Amino acid sequence: MPDATFTADEMMTIAAARRLPNGAVCFVGIGLPSAAANVARLTHAPEVVLIYESGPIGCRPTVLPLSIGDGELSETADAVVSIPEMFSYWLQGGRIDVGFLGAAQIDRYANINTTVIGDYEKPSVRLPGAGGAPEIATSSKEVLITLRQTARAFVEKLDFVTSLGHVTGGDSRAKLNLPGQGPLAVITDLGILTPDPVTRELTLTSVHPGVTVDKVVKSTGWPLKVAAEVATTPPPTATELQVLRELNERTARAHAEQA
Amino acid sequence: MRDGDVVALEGFTHLIPFAAGHEIIRQRRRNLTLIRMTPDLIYDQMIGAGCAAKLQFSWGGNPGVGSLYRLRDAVEKGWPRPLAIVEHAHAGMAAAYAAGAAHLPFGVLRGYTGTDLVKLGNVRFIECPFTGEKLAAVPAIRPDVTVIHAQKADRKGNVLMWGVVGVQKEAVMAARRSVVTVEEIVDDLNAPPNSVVLPSWVVGAVCPVKGGAFPSYAQGYYQRNNAFYKAWDTIARERESFQAWMERHVMGTATFEDFQRSLGLQYTGDVQHA
Repeated sequence: MPDATFTADEMMTIAAARRLPNGAVCFVGIGLPSAAANVARLTHAPEVVLIYESGPIGCRPTVLPLSIGDGELSETADAVVSIPEMFSYWLQGGRIDVGFLGAAQIDRYANINTTVIGDYEKPSVRLPGAGGAPEIATSSKEVLITLRQTARAFVEKLDFVTSLGHVTGGDSRAKLNLPGQGPLAVITDLGILTPDPVTRELTLTSVHPGVTVDKVVKSTGWPLKVAAEVATTPPPTATELQVLRELNERTARAHAEQA
Repeated sequence: MRDGDVVALEGFTHLIPFAAGHEIIRQRRRNLTLIRMTPDLIYDQMIGAGCAAKLQFSWGGNPGVGSLYRLRDAVEKGWPRPLAIVEHAHAGMAAAYAAGAAHLPFGVLRGYTGTDLVKLGNVRFIECPFTGEKLAAVPAIRPDVTVIHAQKADRKGNVLMWGVVGVQKEAVMAARRSVVTVEEIVDDLNAPPNSVVLPSWVVGAVCPVKGGAFPSYAQGYYQRNNAFYKAWDTIARERESFQAWMERHVMGTATFEDFQRSLGLQYTGDVQHA
């Protein structure tokens, strides 16, 4: 039974936050990654350097930004640079340790689609598109991905490959000579998936408290590989929960005030 | 601005030239090619109002909220008219603007490798003449007109902006003509060295429009109205509600101040908080 003291979304954000090492330079995607990165900064990783693609470097927002370029980010940053500088000097220049991404669709090798559902010319759903993700996925030294796990999002075949994960598995990514090593973990609301060391296929290595392996398998659109020993993610600590909830409350209050 | 122009209204979440976009809608400009890295609400409005034939972009959503329903309707259903799209990643668009500002034919970057974006035909690969590394090349962006919003200009027309400055400098310098709307015109910019100043002779025209970036923000003047960005999700979701809103608040108002007052909001031009 799910623990009634925290929600699946809270567990996801906190599990994702724990993967971000203190001191890392992190290129932060908006939404779930931004929440996780800031929980990390406010708990175990006070020295993390948060970079948002709009230009601010070293952000310490009090409330979560709604957009990737809210004033809250530039006002709390060490520096703010232009977009061409951000993508050339900082991202392609190899200065990012961890790229933190979300996704609309993901496949078993952690390739990502954020472009269209259906045919490109006649899409059933037109998604926002690439943004910074393709180059974050290739130029960051490591990549973390966080999204909610459903069979609609975790698909056998992507409708469009927007950003590369481990391509077609094995050494296929290595052969492309990309600067970064690709996704290290996919953190969902049900558990944690990590790439197999050889095949690079995403493997269920941890389930969150109260979640069964069967539930994760059924929420995946391909026959999910399951580790021989599946760990249980440690539940959120009182501090982690408090930090996340206070952050969310401050954020909701700030965004409502501006009406 | 003329019908059929290639137009960039730039602004990366900050300093988005909404007032200028509204005026383009009121003047019923048609067949525009719209360029912008992050088409957000103002391009949703221009597309839904039928101004655009084509869109070049790298991320088209309502940041933190969801879809741009007018953009989606144009791409998915061809309403109010079909919209051709030229799609990039941010790194590619940034390189294309920088090349445009330098009047170079293309921008170069380490990107796009292995993605389906390559199949769309907007990117080609070249070999570095020194190392042999395979690199992506994107054609330079050269708008007929670029429009941006900035914090200040002085009486000579020198323009100052700060905060998240996006690709606005590149977009102005890449364009054949340019217009800058500003929060205020002052006697002296008092610009610290190395702040972003566009000297008057690279700017076509300066126009004071207080609050002209609402519902985006102007750092040092007013904050991003995140509540409006959330409300837009409901307004723009259906054609009828969108059209009624545009008719009342954009076509039915003469100035940006009237527009904001029609929403029952305090005019951002009156607000002076940091």
